[in-house]
Amino acid sequence: MGKKLVEDKSNVLPGDVLAEGDYLSGRGTYKEDGKVKSRVLGVARTDKSKISVIPLTGGYIPKEGDKVVGKVSGIGPSHWWIELDSPYDGYLSLAEGSDEFIDLDETDLSDVYDIGEIIYTEVIKVTSEKDVKLSMQDRICKKLSGGRIVRISPSKVPRLIGKGGSMVEMIKDKTGSRIIIGQNGIVWVSGGEEDLALEAIKTVDKKGHGDGLTEKVEKILNRR
Amino acid sequence: MMDITEIEEQAALDKIKSGKRLDGRDLKKFRDIKVETGVAKKAEGSARVTFGDSKVIVGVKFGVGHPFPDTPDEGILMVNAELGPMASPNFESGPPGKEATELSRVIDRGLRESEALPLEDLCIEEGEEVWKVMVDIHILDHDGNLMDASALGAIAALMEAKIPGYEDGKVLREEKHDFKIRRTPIACTVAKVGDRYIIDPSLVEEEIVDGMVTVTWTEEELCSLQKRGNGGFKKDELIEIFELAREKSDELRKIIE
Amino acid sequence: MSKDKKLLKDGKRIDGRGIGDLREMEAEAGIFKRADGSGYFRMGGTEAVAAVFGPRELHPKHRQKPKRGILQCRYNLTPFSVEDRKRPGPSRRGKEIGKVSEGALSSTVFLEEFPTATIDVYMEVISADAGTRCVALNAASIALADAGVPMRGLISACAAGKIEDTPVLDLKGEEDKDGQVDLPIAMNVDTDEITLLQMDGMTDTEEMDEMLELAIKGCKKVAEKQREALMKTFEDSR
Repeated sequence: MGKKLVEDKSNVLPGDVLAEGDYLSGRGTYKEDGKVKSRVLGVARTDKSKISVIPLTGGYIPKEGDKVVGKVSGIGPSHWWIELDSPYDGYLSLAEGSDEFIDLDETDLSDVYDIGEIIYTEVIKVTSEKDVKLSMQDRICKKLSGGRIVRISPSKVPRLIGKGGSMVEMIKDKTGSRIIIGQNGIVWVSGGEEDLALEAIKTVDKKGHGDGLTEKVEKILNRR
Repeated sequence: MMDITEIEEQAALDKIKSGKRLDGRDLKKFRDIKVETGVAKKAEGSARVTFGDSKVIVGVKFGVGHPFPDTPDEGILMVNAELGPMASPNFESGPPGKEATELSRVIDRGLRESEALPLEDLCIEEGEEVWKVMVDIHILDHDGNLMDASALGAIAALMEAKIPGYEDGKVLREEKHDFKIRRTPIACTVAKVGDRYIIDPSLVEEEIVDGMVTVTWTEEELCSLQKRGNGGFKKDELIEIFELAREKSDELRKIIE
Repeated sequence: MSKDKKLLKDGKRIDGRGIGDLREMEAEAGIFKRADGSGYFRMGGTEAVAAVFGPRELHPKHRQKPKRGILQCRYNLTPFSVEDRKRPGPSRRGKEIGKVSEGALSSTVFLEEFPTATIDVYMEVISADAGTRCVALNAASIALADAGVPMRGLISACAAGKIEDTPVLDLKGEEDKDGQVDLPIAMNVDTDEITLLQMDGMTDTEEMDEMLELAIKGCKKVAEKQREALMKTFEDSR
């Protein structure tokens, strides 16, 4: 038997004891001496047997399956290095970088992705040493040209997407902008009312913890 | 941290061409400015200044030392700036680099040339002992235009500074004597972008400007100039910049008066 | 031992505190924009700010550790934080404090989750009236949590000491100068683990027991103040 010590949606700090006994330690928590404790500043989520903490802030550590926005930072003989706003750069091999056959004798890799260019890509493998492999094979992945870039806390990405994409769809709808959200907190905005879209996105980042976020963002979007 | 400035730079440039700024400001408008004095309790004078998200703290300390041989009956002014690793992910630890050195020297010249400080009143014994006025600028958060923020902080800290007592070779810090500033030199940086001028450039904007001039005005006179960064200016442009800086430095002076 | 009692009179100290009282505290989280996390802490006339960057890539590469990240601390006194202006940049004393601060903070951070990376902690003392390393660490701990760095718990610090043969909590400048013992500690108050311990002066085990007891009580009060500051960031993000 376990004992829950915090309410659902409580604000917690690192080290706070969330539960004792048989509770499972979910993400954002750790177990020590039979107690589930928080490891980050965040909001506790409890269900019957498991406790997690949704972080309020924090950096990005690559995870398999994440779609991220990165910047080409280096080109090797048959690969690219991609910066991901993380301590770990991503490795994009020639095979994963393009659907088409690239003849290295004919083509310069910088003609495909050049240094400084922004891409939307997928994390396909992360080793225990944090070697990060990327791929452009998914049809949704592509080079992002022009537009604007804004950085939000990776922990706010789920709020920016919203339930079933509701938040980002609302922003797209009201501004006419195209928006691509990387799990690493890098957001690309292009076309339409870019400034308004950016303001809405920044609001989610700043105020993304409280209730009534949708209404707040809606208010900004309706102000134009 | 991944450098996204290239994209933001293009956006900043497009905005300025359309007469606005990325943060919604007009071209000739400062960000929100805040000046608090008396913020470092051990300093004889201090000020914390914020320009938007840029934040600097300035402390003034008095000490006693040997005068320079060519000015045996005058006090000594020293200005130092630290652009430490705290202020930006791109800064590293170590002695002041070129940017910090330029920062402190431009502010030093503004104070010196305007004769803002009564250095001749700071002689204790001619040729032997004089007061040293040591102004230390510490950059806490770097989002552009550190020059104007630091210069404003320096003069605000000097305005509230009190000079300690001195007896038998000992500085008596519990004594507080008046230290009167004669003028208030104010630095205002004007940047050129195409055929437009902007003031108070943000960090991103500093990267895209076609040149910057830091102009230091007292109430009456222009007392120091520094053309900064790349690019060049024609004479007529400079004249326009001097007048714009004068008008804008008056705005800054009002904040600290 | 001097006969004239200057620092302690009828159980009261020069600033009116009792022997087990801390100075007035103030704390704030999230004070800078460019840093990943930041914090401010004040105890009486001593105040410090701290900024955290990372986890981020560690340079030069040969310093990277394959199985875990590292935490690096820089502790510095601003030139105007002391009576006579201090030369800019960390002194030998500052470097030592940077080193012991790394030891104080590293064990609370889940560094094993960030192989090869670094977490950089920068502490600047704005005003020094004794206890600067403790105040700087308190700001640093707030900054780490504010940066979202995964931690076992907060680290809270304060000093105990001995003045006129009496153990007291949280020395201020004059007490530190004329006192007999200075004992700064830092700890995780949830697990009672002490992660920084230094001591200067002459004492014995019995007295140490007493002073440690005082310091631990002090750290618990510090932790409450840190908690308050961090909880406020939730309100700000509403």
